[in-house]
Amino acid sequence: MSMQQHPWLLRVENLTKIYGEPGPDTLSKTGPSFESNICPDTDSIVACADVSFDLYPGEVLGIVGESGSGKSTVVKLLCFDMEPSVGNAWLRPYMDGAVDMLHVSGQQKRFIRHHLMGVVYQNPRDGLNFRFSSGGNIAEKLIMAGHMHVGRIRERASFLLEKTEVPIRRMDDLPASFSGGMQQRVQIAKAIANHPPLLFLDEVTTGLDVSVQAKVLDLIRELQQELGVAMIVVSHDLSVIRMLTDRTLVMKNGRVVESGLTDQILQDPQHPYTQLLVSSLL
Amino acid sequence: MNIVEVRRLSKQFELHILKEKRIQALESIDLDIAEGEIIGLTGKSGSGKSSLMKCLYRTYLSSAGHIFYRTGQGRVIDLASAGDHEIIQLRKTEIRYCSQFLSVIPRVSAVDVVSEPLMPILKDRAIAQEAAKDLLERLGLPKGLWDAYPVTFSGGEQQRINVARAIISRPRLLLIDEPTASLDTRTKDVVIDLIRSLKTAGTSVLCISHDEYVLDRLSDRRLHLQSGRIVHSIQPSL
Ligand SMILES: Nc1ncnc2c1ncn2[C@@H]1O[C@H](COP(=O)(O)OP(=O)(O)OP(=O)(O)O)[C@@H](O)[C@H]1O
Ligand SMILES: Nc1ncnc2c1ncn2[C@@H]1O[C@H](COP(=O)(O)OP(=O)(O)OP(=O)(O)O)[C@@H](O)[C@H]1O
Ligand SMILES: [Mg+2]
Ligand SMILES: [Mg+2]
Repeated sequence: MSMQQHPWLLRVENLTKIYGEPGPDTLSKTGPSFESNICPDTDSIVACADVSFDLYPGEVLGIVGESGSGKSTVVKLLCFDMEPSVGNAWLRPYMDGAVDMLHVSGQQKRFIRHHLMGVVYQNPRDGLNFRFSSGGNIAEKLIMAGHMHVGRIRERASFLLEKTEVPIRRMDDLPASFSGGMQQRVQIAKAIANHPPLLFLDEVTTGLDVSVQAKVLDLIRELQQELGVAMIVVSHDLSVIRMLTDRTLVMKNGRVVESGLTDQILQDPQHPYTQLLVSSLL
Repeated sequence: MNIVEVRRLSKQFELHILKEKRIQALESIDLDIAEGEIIGLTGKSGSGKSSLMKCLYRTYLSSAGHIFYRTGQGRVIDLASAGDHEIIQLRKTEIRYCSQFLSVIPRVSAVDVVSEPLMPILKDRAIAQEAAKDLLERLGLPKGLWDAYPVTFSGGEQQRINVARAIISRPRLLLIDEPTASLDTRTKDVVIDLIRSLKTAGTSVLCISHDEYVLDRLSDRRLHLQSGRIVHSIQPSL
């Protein structure tokens, strides 16, 4: 066991996002026991509430749950795509984990996002700039992370495209001319371009056909083993969770209803909702 | 010294989707496993053998009781209540579980499936693969299959992959569920030899088996489960 005092890479506490004006009872009148994330008093929407977890270096954490349960919200809050209503998060490589990254300046957040994180979205249009070539997209990320040398940027871009099995000769083509699976692989290449210690993957195989899905999953698994990067993998698909993750959070109506080792979640689920979810896999 | 001390361990399943049905799988189990001891676990189908093993590995959450585990560094951890990260660390370094059936990882070759547990320890793919090939050779898996995907393998071939994967990292505690059920006698003997040589190096083993031939040659002591309780233990006839 590590002698380090705080072995976590990312620590998240009470992450909460509410749309609309919450009332005093909004949190106590929403959630799985009410089968709803909408406050009956104020109609505010609790996209997620009280989400807490530690992610260790190199660990792969799954977030699973039905549509609207708050999975993407958790990711978007952590990669600064939106602001939390409540909550704190610390990232070890940022100020040695001593400063809550959710409450720093926009400039600091951009620094963290560009240097310490990679994000792969379900929709390639959210992660790629469709006006830039595939190589240009990777270059953009590298420039954001402070790289300057044009020759070296190009070299790294072609290395990454090769690694993600995107034909190098298509480096100067626009993503719009690529298949969905290829767009996703360019997105992954872009996300890992700056060697981030933390990668977010939100439904990255949803919408791809099964054989392409398999290739993208293989790629993610290989990268994980090779680079040892920690990942948060969001999916409503338990077979993706089973294949990629060590630990899983199960979300429903904006709350984490259960968390545990992935094999335990799959073989000995505790919460009625998880039992239902798992039984549909068998 | 004991590596494992199970105290009043119970496990019940509450199946919420089946009208709150309850299944009592284990009831107040006490069990000690000494360092370097091989315990054969027997019992009828449904008596709770796999459940006990999965509670030790934390694939199942214990409902009550304790599973005290002494680590290589002499720390005592209750596997029934330890944090997930602590369990992940132990699985990487000390405790291996070999399920009754191989759950294959799609599109990963036999050699890579077997060598994977060594990677965090050796950090060198080529050396890990050599060790895996060595084991597969001893287990008599045809060379032509080493780079193939185990999905299409026969039951006995998959079982050899499974056993190899479980023992390659020389764990301190090996939990092994029916390791020989679909193997011929020659291969059974190899598996028995491999496990006994781990024992010599200090590994403790809990082994579920229905096979008298294997239990006779492998176990130092036997435990019998009946309806979730340990009913009697049998010393090997010398
Ligand atoms: N801008 C917004 N205004 C109001 N409600 C929103 C907004 N964005 C998201 N929500 C709500 O927040 C909840 C959580 O949404 P989120 O996108 O996190 O769900 P999800 O678990 O990712 O679902 P899916 O599996 O469908 O992607 C949903 O009920 C959603 O309708
Ligand atoms: N994941 C589970 N969910 C619900 N019930 C379970 C689960 N696993 C085991 N059980 C139940 O617990 C009891 C003990 O099962 P267990 O698998 O431990 O038996 P076993 O002794 O290993 O049997 P076998 O020799 O057939 O493998 C059985 O009644 C079984 O149905
Ligand atoms: Mg989503
Ligand atoms: Mg069994």
